Parts: sequence; C-alpha cells; structure tokens
Amino acid sequence: MIDKLDKSIIQKLQEDLPLTEQPFKWIADTLEIKEEELLEKIKGLLDKGMMRRLGAVLYHRKAGYGANAMVVWVVPADKIDGIGNIMASFSCVSHCYQRPTFPDWPYNLFTMIHGRTFEECEEQISQVAKAVNLENYEILYSTKELKKTSMQYFQEE
Amino acid sequence: MDSKDKELLNIVQDQIPLCARPFRKIGEQLGLGERQVLYRLQHLKDNGYIRRIGGIFNSRKLGYTSTLCAMKVPSERIEEVAAIINIYPGVTHNYIRKHSYNMWFTLIEKSNEAIEATLLDIRRKTHIDAILNLPAEKVFKINVNFDMKGQETGDR
Repeated sequence: MIDKLDKSIIQKLQEDLPLTEQPFKWIADTLEIKEEELLEKIKGLLDKGMMRRLGAVLYHRKAGYGANAMVVWVVPADKIDGIGNIMASFSCVSHCYQRPTFPDWPYNLFTMIHGRTFEECEEQISQVAKAVNLENYEILYSTKELKKTSMQYFQEE
Repeated sequence: MDSKDKELLNIVQDQIPLCARPFRKIGEQLGLGERQVLYRLQHLKDNGYIRRIGGIFNSRKLGYTSTLCAMKVPSERIEEVAAIINIYPGVTHNYIRKHSYNMWFTLIEKSNEAIEATLLDIRRKTHIDAILNLPAEKVFKINVNFDMKGQETGDR
C-alpha cells in the first residue's frame, strides 16, 4: 500500500534532485524524517516497482539521438507475442506495446524506434521489419512537440 | 561533452546510488572527485542534455491508469485544440505526427472511467469525435535509456 509518507516522498522525487553532496539528507530534512528512513522508503518504492528508477531523464535529441519514429504494425493475432518479443530485443526499439484496433485503425503493435540520424532510423526500421517479416506498417514521425512533462502524482492530496 | 561526460550520463540515467554521498560514489567509478561530478552534472543540465534528475514512476503501480490517444485535428485548428488538451494535468505528452490521426497525446488518470470522462470532455470542447483510445494491452518493452558511448547500431 502507499502510505502518506510514501506520497510525500513521491512528490519530492518528482521534482529535481538537488545537485549537492547530500541530496537525500536535504530531502529528508524538508520532510522532517531521518535520511536512513528516506533511503529505506526509496528502496521500497523501487522494490515494489512503483518507481522504475531514480535517475536522469535526457533530452534525447541533444544526446545525439536526433531521429525517432513511432512505427505501427499490423500483426496477426496469433503471432503478436513472438513478434513483440523479437522487436523488444532490438536496442534501437525503446518501447514496444500491443494496443487495440478500430475499424479505421488496423495497427495493433506500436514501437518507438531511435537512430542518431534520420537515415539510421529508417535503416533500423527496415532491419526490424525484415527480422519479423512484416510489410504492413506505417512510420509516424513527429513533426511538432506540443507538450512534454512528467506526471505529477498525488498532487491533489 | 567529453567521454567522461558520456560515461557519467550512462551512469546517472540508470540509477543514482542510494547512499548518503551518491555523487562521491559515482565519482569513484569514474575516477572523478565528488565536486567534479556535481559540476559536470550541473553543466550537462545547463546545456540541455539532462531534462531532470528524479524519480520515474510506474503509473499503474501507483494506482493510476494511462493511455495513448490519437485524434484527427484539421491542420488549421492544431494550435487551438492543443491549447484545450494541454490544459489537462493528465496529458503529459502531445505530439503532431504525419498521419490523418495527427495529434497524439498520452493521458494519465485515476481510473478508466476518469479517462473516458476526460475524452468525453475533450470531444465536447473541441467538437471533434475522431479520438482513438489506445491503452497498452501488453507491454513488451519500456526502456528510455540511451547508450551514450556510441556503440555499433543495429545490434540485437
């Protein structure tokens, strides 16, 4: 279960970790708890899978991964597990999800594929397509970022 | 950005050590002093390589539910519709992509009902019915780390 202290810790960790020698001491002080208790709680959040990691989020364009595409695929239902796992094994694939279809939306597998350049990205996509022997897919490049933020959990509580 | 910075980025995007002096510990791995690590991290932030250092959470495990939505927005209405949609705190990402479904946004709420309610609200405010609600049915991979050391690409 998520208790009240967990929620205040999560709120703090949604912010930027202070770049000082003792960042956890600093957070613990603002929450009026002991640093050891905070570290235990953070380990608990990681162990329970509530927090995936405590680390840096990069601007990947600046980090040299200039091109990324959402590639959506039509995969036969009985092959989706096998194909999903093969796609997931590619290091250029950062996300791979199965999603529902609609009459005007036949694509049931979604991947995010990254490359340092547009050409590299295209090359990665064709390699992935070849590996799973699929031809029915579409590449959706993003042309504009309208919003990119981190979710603020437990904000209203 | 030099090779030490790249090594540093590889370490910090993975996991900050959970100890009293995490940056000293990172420095020991890299052969850098604590002050050097802090200085380099501040520099990488100031220069726009690092967006944020903090917790990355699993919304489902925190009792939230998330989805990806795709919407057909006439090109001349993109700014106006984005202004309506981006107001919702649960909309964390919103991109224009080249497709007839051109507006793609992620939505995080407390329940499926809340997601449906928000989408209904968006339909009412924008008078656009064509919104696909595409929640993940199965996750094969979620990994937002980037290898900064520039290994060969196309590897498996």
